[in-house]
Amino acid sequence: MPEVQVRKKLLVVEDIFHEGGPISKKPLQRAASLAVIHNPYAGKYVEQIEAFMDDLKPLGLEMARGLVAALGGDAKRIEGYGKGAIVGSAGELEHGALWHVPGGYAMREVLGGAKAIVASTKKVGGPGTRLDIPITHINASYVRSHFDAMEVGVTDAPRADEILLALVMTTGPRVHARVGGLKASEIKGEDGLR
Amino acid sequence: MKANIRKIAIFVEETSVEMGRTIAPPTRRAAAVAVIDNPYAGKYVDDLSELMAMGEELGELLTQRAVGALGIAGASAESYGKAAAVGENGELEHAAAILHPKLGTPVRRVLGKGAALIPSCKKRGGLGVVLDIPLGHKDAAFVRSHFDGMEVRIGDAPRANEIMVAIAVTDSGRPLARVGGLTKDQIKGEDGLR
Repeated sequence: MPEVQVRKKLLVVEDIFHEGGPISKKPLQRAASLAVIHNPYAGKYVEQIEAFMDDLKPLGLEMARGLVAALGGDAKRIEGYGKGAIVGSAGELEHGALWHVPGGYAMREVLGGAKAIVASTKKVGGPGTRLDIPITHINASYVRSHFDAMEVGVTDAPRADEILLALVMTTGPRVHARVGGLKASEIKGEDGLR
Repeated sequence: MKANIRKIAIFVEETSVEMGRTIAPPTRRAAAVAVIDNPYAGKYVDDLSELMAMGEELGELLTQRAVGALGIAGASAESYGKAAAVGENGELEHAAAILHPKLGTPVRRVLGKGAALIPSCKKRGGLGVVLDIPLGHKDAAFVRSHFDGMEVRIGDAPRANEIMVAIAVTDSGRPLARVGGLTKDQIKGEDGLR
């Protein structure tokens, strides 16, 4: 089992008070935890890569816990989430897909069984590549007020033999959400969708 | 609060490996960035004192947020820097009004000391513009291991009538500093230079 080697971490927290409209009594918070790791499969095609997903679980948990802490320490405050990965140029997109299970598992674990699929995106890119991480409600994917995204990136990462892993959490709807659709208060919470 | 703050973003960066070498303890730096309304956007105004007052207020707020994000006492900070980006309807002098007359005093109050000039940069730009915040040792500008910079960027700022104001604080110098010069244990701390 290849060891997970972290070169660098970045934590980003945004407090959003308004966007030209009324100042929110409860500012929306969005946070992203990014880790830049060595890609053990860089530069070659490796058929069996699944085992690395287990190796990534402790890092995923550490990042998910770090996000909850950065957003005030109470997992009950978290309402939206998303995840993503950028694979350096000597890797393949499939290496980014290794993050789906450990990243998603970690956030569900820390949030106490969130029901909705964790929205995600991934790509191959060079240092400084930006990634728009999609965000949806943690218990019902169709909650329209919580469709959001957070742009992340690290100037000097990923290098060719690295992968940048990202988890994102938010504490509420878009700051001036008003385009209707399913509301958080109407969630049935049975299928992760509505 | 004099400034109308739309959002605040905090970035915490931690480097634990550089060129395959473990950095222990990791080097850490934090930046706190506020996006505010520019009261003088779109017109020439001679007296910029409103922005100067906002600079004073943001100097305290952003330094507290940056130090808080590092989880250290103000006195443990080693280097600092500041920067501002003015949206397209503003003037470079608006950045100067925020950064130079009054912002430094509260920064130094929060950090306990700060004999050295706070290195700075400013620019005008559109949404997503990159700010490279220069960093220098807070008590002796010539400490070579602490000459550095931290890049920050917010995807949706500054809008045309906004200003992005950033303060960066570190608890360390570069990860593998080895180009000689004055070291931090040689600081006399009298003139802010050596």
